[in-house]
Amino acid sequence: MKRWLSAAAFFTILAAVWEILVQIGVWPHVLIPPPSEVVRYLVRAVSDHTLLDSSHITLRRLVLGYSAGLVIGLPLGLLNARFKVLQDTLGLVALGLQTLPSVCWVPLALLWFGQTEHAMFFIVIMGTVWSVMLATDTGVRNVPPLYARAAQTMGSRGLHTWLKVILPASLPFIVSGMKQGWAFAWRSLMAAEIYVTILTGFGLGHLLHYGRELHAMDQVIGIMLVIIGIGLLADKILFSPIERFLHRRWGTARH
Amino acid sequence: MAVEQELINVAPEKLTVDNVSKSFRGRQGMVQALANVSLQVREGEFVCLVGRSGCGKSTLLNIIAGLEAPDGGQVLADGKPVTGPGRDRMVMFQESALFPWLDVMGNVMFALKLKPNLNNQERREVARYYLKLVGLEKFAHANIHELSGGMKQRVALARALAPNPRVLLMDEPFAALDALTREQLYGDLQRIWQERRKTIIFVTHNVREAVCLGDRVVLFSPSPGRIREQFDIPLPRPRDINSIALAGHSTQITQALKQYLGTPAAEVAE
Repeated sequence: MKRWLSAAAFFTILAAVWEILVQIGVWPHVLIPPPSEVVRYLVRAVSDHTLLDSSHITLRRLVLGYSAGLVIGLPLGLLNARFKVLQDTLGLVALGLQTLPSVCWVPLALLWFGQTEHAMFFIVIMGTVWSVMLATDTGVRNVPPLYARAAQTMGSRGLHTWLKVILPASLPFIVSGMKQGWAFAWRSLMAAEIYVTILTGFGLGHLLHYGRELHAMDQVIGIMLVIIGIGLLADKILFSPIERFLHRRWGTARH
Repeated sequence: MAVEQELINVAPEKLTVDNVSKSFRGRQGMVQALANVSLQVREGEFVCLVGRSGCGKSTLLNIIAGLEAPDGGQVLADGKPVTGPGRDRMVMFQESALFPWLDVMGNVMFALKLKPNLNNQERREVARYYLKLVGLEKFAHANIHELSGGMKQRVALARALAPNPRVLLMDEPFAALDALTREQLYGDLQRIWQERRKTIIFVTHNVREAVCLGDRVVLFSPSPGRIREQFDIPLPRPRDINSIALAGHSTQITQALKQYLGTPAAEVAE
């Protein structure tokens, strides 16, 4: 409760200082609209459904692309850890592509898929797959061989060992990989929406882009806040519970 | 040979290690960990394998467990050759090897869940019985990281006992514990062994520990690993590791060890 209060106080003061600095003319109104105007824009955007529709479209792309990225990345990571041949081939590809900022996929996606949903989907997947795959691979490699041996003496074999021992044992690594993958997916999707103008759906990135075109600074800052909010919310809803479980079970320090 | 075997009429041993050899590729070429080792273990016997580290006693335990295959010879459990790990021969490792993603109950249940012919209610009952046996029934839902070293090994013992194996293989299970905890566990292990009538093979480099626990102490010497001598320990149970009678046996075995190893007795006896 006390932490909530101090956070609330901090942001109230921040907004107040910002409002005052703009109102007395220290900060130029054209470049930095006061928080009151940003809030007014957000209220308007909510009431005419632009914000909800755009958020819905953006989140749908994100969730679909991210899920596909997980579905591809997790098994690839497991296979990579299991077979040395893959490690020396596909593993190197993954390592290289992971260092590639995901926004770099945008030109290629545009040329391959045109201005379509497929391009978006592709970019998000590329942002997700490699970090999930590499984290799974690292996780599996870091599982003490003793666990598998102990499981074998208890009658665990093959697939059972993989599902019930190797996979849960590498969970801390996999979850941090999933988190990283999520962050990459979110960043790449925003980049894609800002660059790729498509007619099949007007996402948050597009709102941001048109805010700039129209020089609607209240819209630019408002949408940025929404994007931050969604990122935080996803972290709290998706990853916090899993991380809490990991901390409790493994006894790792809370950060 | 086959005819001779046919004509011999002996009671089958619980475990027979028959002329087992094993080599590893080391940094300086092949290292022979075990050379023609043979050993018979009776049903319900508590056998301790003693020797300096690197004498192949842990390797032998792994081969009996089925976790490693011998280069030559074979291991028979109840007269049948061992081809892989199995629930009839459970292993307890030096590090507890408990699974940190499961709680205490989950760890004990792991092996039970792999056992057919039981429903989940019965499995939980069995798990609780063994947790009680090792004195941890109150910690069924504790996380592994919350347990002390001694408690972890108790859970590992419960987990190893849970599938009701006939043979328990223990690889220096108490080596990483402090002396007091260890002494407590010696008492518990003797009690459980008598209560559950298991056959136990216990690997250690601590002669006193071996004399305290074993019906028989088997002496190994390294490079290549082989059995040198065996000592029956006819002391009554439960045994106290600090008793004078026990010290007498320890001294005798330590002397023998020294003779084979050429190392100071103190190092071997700890």
